[in-house]
Amino acid sequence: MVRLEKRPQASQAFSWAAPVLAVLATMVFGGLLFAALGKDPLASIATIFWEPLFGDFAFYYRPQLLIKGAPLVLIAIGLSLGFKAGIWNIGAEGQYIMGAIFGAGVGLAFYPTESVLIFPLMVLAGALGGWIWAMIPAVLKVKFGTNEILVSLMLVYVAEQFLASMALGLLKNPEGFGFPGSRNLQQYPSAHNAELITGSGMHWGVVAALIAVIFAYVLLARHRLGFAIRVTGEAPRAAKFSGVNPVRLVLFCMGMSGLLAGLAGMFEVAGPAGQITIDFNVGYGFTAIIVAFLGRLHPIGILLAGGLMALTYIGGDIAQSQLGLPAAAIQVFQGMLLFFLLAFDLFTNYRLRFGRAEVA
Amino acid sequence: MTAPLLALSGLTKAYPGVVANDDVSLTIAPGEVHALLGENGAGKSTLVKMIYGLVKPDSGTMQMHGAAFHPSEPRAARAAGVGMVFQHFSLFDALSVAENIALGMENAPKLRALSKQIRDVSEAYGLPLSPDRIVGDLSAGERQRVEIIRCLLQDPKLLIMDEPTSVLTPQEVEILFKTLRKLSAEGTAILYISHKLEEIRSLCDSATILRLGKVVGHCTPSETSARDMAEMMVGSILKTPLRAGKTPGAVLLDIQGLNAKSPSAFGMPLRDISVQVRAGEVLGIGGVAGNGQDELLAALSGEQPSGAGMIRFKDHDISQLGPIARRALGILAAPEERLGHAAAPDMTLTENAMLTGAVRENLERGGMLDWPAARRFAERIIKEFDVRTPGPGNAARALSGGNLQKFVIGREVLQRPEVLVVNQPTWGVDASAAAAIRQALLDLAENGAAVIVISQDLDELMEISDRFSALNEGRLSEPRPAQGLTVDEIGLMMGGAHGMEVAHV
Repeated sequence: MVRLEKRPQASQAFSWAAPVLAVLATMVFGGLLFAALGKDPLASIATIFWEPLFGDFAFYYRPQLLIKGAPLVLIAIGLSLGFKAGIWNIGAEGQYIMGAIFGAGVGLAFYPTESVLIFPLMVLAGALGGWIWAMIPAVLKVKFGTNEILVSLMLVYVAEQFLASMALGLLKNPEGFGFPGSRNLQQYPSAHNAELITGSGMHWGVVAALIAVIFAYVLLARHRLGFAIRVTGEAPRAAKFSGVNPVRLVLFCMGMSGLLAGLAGMFEVAGPAGQITIDFNVGYGFTAIIVAFLGRLHPIGILLAGGLMALTYIGGDIAQSQLGLPAAAIQVFQGMLLFFLLAFDLFTNYRLRFGRAEVA
Repeated sequence: MTAPLLALSGLTKAYPGVVANDDVSLTIAPGEVHALLGENGAGKSTLVKMIYGLVKPDSGTMQMHGAAFHPSEPRAARAAGVGMVFQHFSLFDALSVAENIALGMENAPKLRALSKQIRDVSEAYGLPLSPDRIVGDLSAGERQRVEIIRCLLQDPKLLIMDEPTSVLTPQEVEILFKTLRKLSAEGTAILYISHKLEEIRSLCDSATILRLGKVVGHCTPSETSARDMAEMMVGSILKTPLRAGKTPGAVLLDIQGLNAKSPSAFGMPLRDISVQVRAGEVLGIGGVAGNGQDELLAALSGEQPSGAGMIRFKDHDISQLGPIARRALGILAAPEERLGHAAAPDMTLTENAMLTGAVRENLERGGMLDWPAARRFAERIIKEFDVRTPGPGNAARALSGGNLQKFVIGREVLQRPEVLVVNQPTWGVDASAAAAIRQALLDLAENGAAVIVISQDLDELMEISDRFSALNEGRLSEPRPAQGLTVDEIGLMMGGAHGMEVAHV
């Protein structure tokens, strides 16, 4: 009989091996899934993982990696702070939308004035939008003990309605011939989050994501607040005994994750997306949850996981167009990644023992 | 001697990294009250779990009435006539006594019939208990009766009791002992686990002493001194903590009319507590668990702020300061629950040293943490308090209970507190380590600190306290000089027998 036995200490090696094993298992079972759909499994896997990086059109796909990866990393870094402390902000998608609306709104308010101050103002507004949207579940939690998972998740759908209303109403392009959607910020130089180096995919959002990684790393490793976050996640009573104020910690973690998600939305709307549209959000806020866990809630891990997840997005698109794989199959493929990660995670704290059971 | 009721021979049980029981043999005759003695971790619990069918031995045999006895689960053990009262009760607060008992029975009769049985048994054995009362309203002593009656209804031949008196006042202990003696006179054997030696001397016919999983001796408790038994348990000569006579100094901590709600739903609120603690003094606070101990510690450590003016330190009103501000002033605390409260289980000892040491040991500058300094602090604790661990990089949960306790107490003592509040400082710690911890607390007081020791171990409190008082239902009794207090007086301070004196009239 096989049974699980708790390890005396969490295995450090396994904590880092689990993501790698999860990726490998996802490749194997994803391949089986694609085979069942009548596609060549090896070719499908190769298309997803190889084509964007080293294929014939890599010069086009590589910048896309940064463009897709940056918002994922930015949002996931914010989420990981809360997740480490046991504070579950599931509504980053909504905060991302609100950041985009606030940022675009400020930019469009100045149209067509040109000034170097407009873009920085939009950055602040985007951060503020995400922060406000995250403070709603945070304040409700600390004042009334509501569940932040439910409230933040439901606010995603409120934000989506708000987005539709903005795209069709207040922010609609007056010169847009009645089509829904705002003016295109890419055509408004003062508000455009343009590529910093042409053709590289590198925009201010990528810079912000890298700064967030470094900031989070220093915070968690060296700062009192990061230590408070880790202790609260490990042992809430011990954290309280040591002097952590749980209310302030909830406000900080929720606020920080909302702020970063708002920034991600703002950089996206001012850059790659260009305009507020009804279908502006594509699920970065939810995928970032997978990225955060795939990266072990560790800043460097999240950076790598964000890159990997961006790869499956782009590779998945290529597989859809070249091999005719259904979009749902790609989503299942991404879901498998989280599933296997959680499964292999078990072995960080437990090991398998083969033999007779001890207790009947 | 009559034929043995239960005979164990050569029982061995190994867990990864530790042999819990090594070739343990003992026999119990019908009606015998047999003590199982040993320190925490000596293997007492594993042994009784094997008898009760919770754990299977790796080797060795058990015989009941001369026939092979291999219970594969507690139900089989109960069917063979073994009943067990656990140290921690498994009762549902929201249900009545009769409902709780019915839940634990295989073929529970109708509630009305069961209630009658409960009344009959409780009268027969002097354990007054109404079957209709809600368990949540009962005292610890009464809850224990529910567990005992649950066992007695199954008419056991052998009753196992695991540390039954740790939750009782001295008066309640007397009532329990009368019941146990009556059971014994009727032929029920009792296997009695404890490390309270005086109790065993007054109750038990024979004793088996375990150390590190092995039987190290048998004795007749009434003919052996408590000191001899303790030394058999520990395997070495015990040192009694020393303290010099001293005169207490200025009042350091002044608590006036402290009221506080409990942070947890089933906790006990603190009611109008007033006491002063002076420099150089050890104030011992006794009381049955759950009478406000955790809440008092939380109020003093700053985890739970209290109303303005209720707690003063020297000239400061500290009532509303948080733990960090109180530590900066020199008021330190060590809670009872080691894993999860005093220490974070999955974090390293270095990180756990940082947990409370950041302020006073200068492990933090402008919010940035100095990990090398925290590591040195953890190493100092490990060295000076003889914490057995490979190093400060180990997780707290990898340490044994006693070693972690030494670490937790050491962490606070080494920060030179002016006021130190500890709850259950030696719970689960072996005798020599407990003596070392008590000595450290006495040394601290010697050097001018005010020490408050909250404990359920009365012997410990009598050994180190200058003044003694007791918590009962969230109220603190007037402190009295510890020297010369009798067990009866202490028992009354702890709340007597909670209105249960009617038993055995």
